[in-house]
Amino acid sequence: MYIIIVGGGRVGYYLARALLEEGHEVLIIEKNASFCDIINEEMGSVCIRGDGCEAATLADVGAGRADMLVAVTGDDEDNLVACQVAKYKFNVPRTIARIRNPQNEAIFKKLGVDVPVSATNIILEAIEKEVPTHPLTHLLTLTERGLELVEVRIPPTSSSIGKPLKEIPLPAGSRLALIIPKNRRPRIPTPSSILREGDQVIALTTPEAEESLRTALTGT
Amino acid sequence: MKVVIMGCGRVGAQLAGLLDADGHEVTILDVDAYSFRRLPSDFKGTALLGNGIDEAVLRRAGIEEADVFVALTQGDNRNVMAAQIAKHIFNVPRVICRIYDPLRQELYDTLGIEAFSPTTIFAHLVKEKIEG
Repeated sequence: MYIIIVGGGRVGYYLARALLEEGHEVLIIEKNASFCDIINEEMGSVCIRGDGCEAATLADVGAGRADMLVAVTGDDEDNLVACQVAKYKFNVPRTIARIRNPQNEAIFKKLGVDVPVSATNIILEAIEKEVPTHPLTHLLTLTERGLELVEVRIPPTSSSIGKPLKEIPLPAGSRLALIIPKNRRPRIPTPSSILREGDQVIALTTPEAEESLRTALTGT
Repeated sequence: MKVVIMGCGRVGAQLAGLLDADGHEVTILDVDAYSFRRLPSDFKGTALLGNGIDEAVLRRAGIEEADVFVALTQGDNRNVMAAQIAKHIFNVPRVICRIYDPLRQELYDTLGIEAFSPTTIFAHLVKEKIEG
């Protein structure tokens, strides 16, 4: 694939290294001349000096045949504009933007960026997965269908323990998909299945019903 | 009219003063409180410290009820991002944006932003003066 990276800072630098190793054709656009020199010295001529938000620069590097543009400068607004120029002027099929402000994730998607990546959100997700006190973890979001796959761990204080599932008031739009008990094989839930402390429950839900689902499964 | 202006530089401050004097309800944003010194002493509008490309700040500035949003910071990309948030997220009826780089004009037209370039305007103005 031909991948254009806008921004030759640390993120762009390591990204380029990894992509080159995987055998992709990579080109970095960087404003700062000394950054360009370092990259070109270390990786061969893969960096040009310029403004990746400018249509003229993108035309020079053949953005029309690029498979992907990744904008990883330190400024959200620059990353947005680079992706928009690539998408609307050069029809680059896939655009990825780094964002500093996690709130911009939804905005960028609405404004045409295919994949906004927020380090803050990624770290938050990792914390949710690592920290056992966090009772509900997002596994997968199907944005277009308004659905999400979540994991809930049943805490020792939960009032749902020992009850058959049919007696647990699950919110509309939520469905339990799998129960993974500690040290035993996973099972498909039935109305008579009983939850125990420490069980992992995989459930399908909607963003609106998420909170009620959490309460139903973990509430005291 | 309710007007939100982003960027309290010379142009932003002067525009805020003029609109305020005409009786419009003006809120002006800047990331640097020192910039507000440029506002006229009898300015009756609101000066708000914050970054106009932050959705939360725009909400605080009352963007949801604004009739007009004007982006006048030094950064073209910042202006165009704020203008798009105002237009496509908050549906502000009229959005005006300054861009220094006239090469980008065409793109902003595609994105549905009313952008004008002082660079082009001023160059033509000087040319007319010279040629009479």
